[in-house]
Amino acid sequence: MLLTTTINGRKKEILIKDDDYLLDVLRKEGYLSVKRGCDTGACGLCTILLNGSPILSCSTLAARAHGKQISTIENFPKEAKTFASYMTAEGAEQCGFCSPGFTLTVIAMTKELQDPTDDEIMHYLNGNLCRCSGYISQLRAIRNFMEEIKNENC
Amino acid sequence: MKIVNTSVRKVDGVGVVTGNPAYTEDLILNNNVLTIKLLRSPHAFAKIKAIDTSIALKVPGVEAIFTHNDVPETRFTLAGQSFPEPSPYDRRILDEYVRYVGDPVAIIAAEDERAAEKAMKLIKVQYDILEPILDFEKSIDSHILIHPEEVHTNFEIGYERKRNIASKAYSEKPGVEEGFVKSDIILERTYYTQPQIHAMMETYRSYSYFDVNGRLTTVSSTQIPFHVRRHLARALELPTSKLRVIKPRVGGGFGGKQTAVCEIYSAFVTLKTGKPSKIIYNRKETHTCTTTRHEMRLDVKIGSDLEGNIKAIDINVLSNAGAYGEHAPTVTSLVSYKTFPLYDTVPMRFNANIVYSNTMNAGAFRGYGATQGTFAVESIINELAHKLNLDPTEIRMKNLVEPGEGKYITSGDIKKCIEIGKEKFNWIEKSQVREVAPNKVRAAGMAVTMQGSGIGGIDTAAATIKLGDRGDFSLMVGVTDMGQGCDTVLTQIAAEVLDVPMDKISIHSADTDLSPYDPGAYASSGTYVTGNAVIIAANKMREEILKGASKMFNTNINEIEYLGNNLKIGNNLISLEDFAQRSISFEGMNQITTTGTWGGETSPPPFIAGFAEVEVDTLTGEVEVIDYLSVVDCGTPINPNLVQVQVEGGAAQGIGLALLEDIKYDKKGKPISDSLMQYKIPSRLDCKNIRVEISNSYEKTGPFGAKSVGEVVINTPAPAIADAVYNATKVRVRKLPITSEKVLLGMFDL
Repeated sequence: MLLTTTINGRKKEILIKDDDYLLDVLRKEGYLSVKRGCDTGACGLCTILLNGSPILSCSTLAARAHGKQISTIENFPKEAKTFASYMTAEGAEQCGFCSPGFTLTVIAMTKELQDPTDDEIMHYLNGNLCRCSGYISQLRAIRNFMEEIKNENC
Repeated sequence: MKIVNTSVRKVDGVGVVTGNPAYTEDLILNNNVLTIKLLRSPHAFAKIKAIDTSIALKVPGVEAIFTHNDVPETRFTLAGQSFPEPSPYDRRILDEYVRYVGDPVAIIAAEDERAAEKAMKLIKVQYDILEPILDFEKSIDSHILIHPEEVHTNFEIGYERKRNIASKAYSEKPGVEEGFVKSDIILERTYYTQPQIHAMMETYRSYSYFDVNGRLTTVSSTQIPFHVRRHLARALELPTSKLRVIKPRVGGGFGGKQTAVCEIYSAFVTLKTGKPSKIIYNRKETHTCTTTRHEMRLDVKIGSDLEGNIKAIDINVLSNAGAYGEHAPTVTSLVSYKTFPLYDTVPMRFNANIVYSNTMNAGAFRGYGATQGTFAVESIINELAHKLNLDPTEIRMKNLVEPGEGKYITSGDIKKCIEIGKEKFNWIEKSQVREVAPNKVRAAGMAVTMQGSGIGGIDTAAATIKLGDRGDFSLMVGVTDMGQGCDTVLTQIAAEVLDVPMDKISIHSADTDLSPYDPGAYASSGTYVTGNAVIIAANKMREEILKGASKMFNTNINEIEYLGNNLKIGNNLISLEDFAQRSISFEGMNQITTTGTWGGETSPPPFIAGFAEVEVDTLTGEVEVIDYLSVVDCGTPINPNLVQVQVEGGAAQGIGLALLEDIKYDKKGKPISDSLMQYKIPSRLDCKNIRVEISNSYEKTGPFGAKSVGEVVINTPAPAIADAVYNATKVRVRKLPITSEKVLLGMFDL
């Protein structure tokens, strides 16, 4: 089928097979920030935003993006870089393979939750696995990142 | 020190967080790469009688299908170890025998995954199904023989093919029998540690192609590019000069990528077809057809007087190598190597058999046997403390090593780690059992551990530095950053010695054509071994710059001062940029390149004292880690932030080992924990409060006083949590993981 969708603000028409998953289509189209960590929607690495909400692209059929807005981390250069500066300040990124999906989820969270507690942050991000960092440094980075956003909004 | 011992940001950090293409699969530029899939055995043990690929080959898009009839006869090991590898050469690319569920039967190369998978279903295999050994405790002298063929070993490792023994290990500190005679109390316990899965986020993958010069190039997510090249040369029967291995960014390894799990398949397909090819293991393959931590049964006997002075420890180990013997002779030895020196005055004996079975094969995993040894030895010391009514910290103070000149351990202080931990963890209060709510009990436990820094007397790494034409430096190393940050740490070390800002140095790692030799990232060697090589190369660079300047300016070398960005010649300053430009030009004709090579005589150990507070739900047996503190002594941290995150991450992985991670097989030997749904690694909610304290020391053989920190971090959670659970419930779980089921059933039995 012909998938008509918008990826990172650019309209696209992509010839896909009916059973293609969104992750594979995006990588084939060159959006290499989208990573595959599992095939069961269990790890959060393939997270992208569909109409602004985080979804798992490894278990979403590409056809479901028809007429919708897809965002990968490449669509948020400013936020991603700012968040990256907090992540790197903590040394929290380690292997970095889970970082793009994780960062997108954090960006979505900051738009969705007002002043979340640590528990709320951990709950929101619990589907994003990381095998390197032990998560604590990421929480430090998120807190600092949210602090900056808060100050910007003041 | 300006740059060393500061928490500078990682050189590649922003790039990876913002999603820059960097990993193996991102770098496949060719759109027509063959996709490789492996047909895998459904049987735990079988001999292939016949394979018919004729129908499968007719599937449109299928390029080739290879079976054991098409591959070289040569046997090899895939263990990432310096040559000559101690591991037995017990594999072929494809064999007529399959020895575990998932062992490859055929290699399918097709234009895409759909075609490959369609073809896979159409390959007809006739198996002679054999009775497997699924329980490694029944392996020795079984009527079933797992490796009927003759197997080469490079030296004596205790290999006894006819008894299913892949290797044996023995070591002794004399006085064990006398020690037991002198003991007032003797405990004998049996502990089991499970096979753990690395579960790195980037699964195994490689991509191969012929370059324009006809050399077979393999891009791989590996910890061991030089070892991979050597493995490929042997397996494919090619000269090493025809092979090149490139390692891009690696998305986690933890020792899994110290075994060349997948590279032979893409290299073989490209060799046979002439076409570029890729193989990417899916999560299921990664969890069922790669390597695991060695599963072990550890029988431990300890003798002590009534004051807690330990008189003897005797350890007998049965270790499961699985179907193939990668790392079989070496991993299990660390049960003794990393526990004997900690209790250096205690007579100790260690005896191990490492056996084959028809399960997934074992390999290297962060901690590398020290983890298993620590669980057993620290657990029995905790049990002894309870018997003697002593505080677990006290009994350790009586028996732990005092470092000193001429001893195996010359620097650092594990007792200091305990002192710091007791205070920062609030041990005295937390080690008391407390009911915090109805059916919720809290208590604490602790354990200590050590590891090494590189493999003393064996592993040797090199670093090369090039002065660029505009006064910048290229640092080339063969060690592999898989997230731990060694690219950054090595750049810090080079910048410190060369006295320039870090952004003057670009690091390149690793490409077997361009990088100087390095055994790779394992045995906690990056900072210590390669770091020392970087120091040598950087000091040589300073000397060569001075020599070059002396010649160029016709000045005595003693009158030139190296100031990093500038050279002071008499009263004149000349910038390094200017000097470099002139040096490389017609005027100087001198491309300055220096190499340092270093290997350690010893392997100085980092230490950790680990403290765990748990909350147990007495109605369900559920265990939650409320607080975890690691007090680490890794010498002088080159980058304290990176040390801290290494320690936090290792503790999390250790908590996974302690509480969650378990491979389950069905009755026929098929692994059923084949996804991240079934095989649970810790999530954010399992790691609420992991803390780190750094106890600084100075290791004089280390770069700027540093020791390693990569592996030691994982060893203490399991014994500390096990003891905390015992304190809370009086249930002693000696078989990891400590699941709610075991705790609850244990409470019923009390």
